[in-house]
Amino acid sequence: MLNRRDFLQLAALGGGAVFASGLAGCAQMAAGGRNDDFYFVQLSDTHWGFKGAANPDAAITLPKAVAAVNALPVQPDFIVFTGDLTHTTDDQDERRRRMRQFKEIVADLKVKQHYYLPGEHDASLDRGAAFIELFGPTHYTFNHRGVHFIALDNVSDPGAAVGDEQIAWLKTELAKVPGGAPIVILTHRPLFDLVPKWDWATRDGDKVMAALMPYQNVTIFYGHIHQEHHHQTAHIQHHASKSLIFPLPAPGSQDKRLPLPWDAEHPYKGLGFREVHAPGQTFNELTV
Amino acid sequence: MNKIRTLTTVLLSSAMLAGAWAARPQQASGDEVTIKVVAQRFHYTPEEITVKKGQAVVLAITSLDFVHGFKVPELGIRADLPPGKVTEVRFTPQKAGKFDFLCDNFCGSGHEEMSGRIVVVD
Repeated sequence: MLNRRDFLQLAALGGGAVFASGLAGCAQMAAGGRNDDFYFVQLSDTHWGFKGAANPDAAITLPKAVAAVNALPVQPDFIVFTGDLTHTTDDQDERRRRMRQFKEIVADLKVKQHYYLPGEHDASLDRGAAFIELFGPTHYTFNHRGVHFIALDNVSDPGAAVGDEQIAWLKTELAKVPGGAPIVILTHRPLFDLVPKWDWATRDGDKVMAALMPYQNVTIFYGHIHQEHHHQTAHIQHHASKSLIFPLPAPGSQDKRLPLPWDAEHPYKGLGFREVHAPGQTFNELTV
Repeated sequence: MNKIRTLTTVLLSSAMLAGAWAARPQQASGDEVTIKVVAQRFHYTPEEITVKKGQAVVLAITSLDFVHGFKVPELGIRADLPPGKVTEVRFTPQKAGKFDFLCDNFCGSGHEEMSGRIVVVD
């Protein structure tokens, strides 16, 4: 199992390591005597293809993150990428080229089980066409050791709506989950109105939350805002991950949501990690 | 007839939006003022729009290149801006202050910077 030093190594490049037993509902699983503990790693907002002053190291940040994950003495069961794998471009060929390069880089991860979600930079300009070609469906489910994961797409619509059709699908999938079982929602944008004036919201996020509300053990992981952030809607917790490209300002702290300036003396300042771990089901927040 | 109904619906919808802003019945202090706004990747022109409290306003917004969005979260106003037509957004501000607006339809690299501000003065 990862220890604090391992987490710090990962933290140096951003990303979040998540222990399943820290998720809502997993405590009951443990209390019931099931040995289902595992952890996965969440990487988000890698923006492969970005060029700009906000990260002069952009061409090596993702490979470094891959190396950091590979250096963990105990490898996670799987890795999730919660969107904005690539930085957007109007050029459809270039968009695909960036996606192929991204896939080549993350193919070096020791752990081969990956789950990809699109961000608006990947999918909004072509409604997910290139993403689907290269990574597969934009919304789907999978189960892992008793935890039910649901990947939601709130970016293929450039207006950041999940849409009634996908919400109906979500309700169907939720209805299949055994009562009380832990549910993890993976998505890119916040499903609540974090900062609407910065577009940090999902247009029909209220409908998604209404669909989730009857389920008691739901935890949401997302990206988009390039920083660690925690929020609670009734009994449902939302956790944002830091990015692997540049940090953004604290929610609503300034007029424009522009990247924080690159600090050459502390080149990964603002990147960090989140751990959620057993057995206390508490979140331990550490900064770099 | 259908066109008239559609126009009426748009005007009523705009009135409802203005009501969301004012949160009480409004009385415009003068004639409607029209302000032309252009939306283009990745900015609005003008970026700052100054209006008077109590003055009925029409923002006549033209998008040049994309179905940009126009959203003023604090005021409950939003519209899509299809290129090739003028989209009118009506309101009568009842409260002085600064209200940020933004494009909420992802429009490319630079989308995050596409925003502006309505300044309502006494």
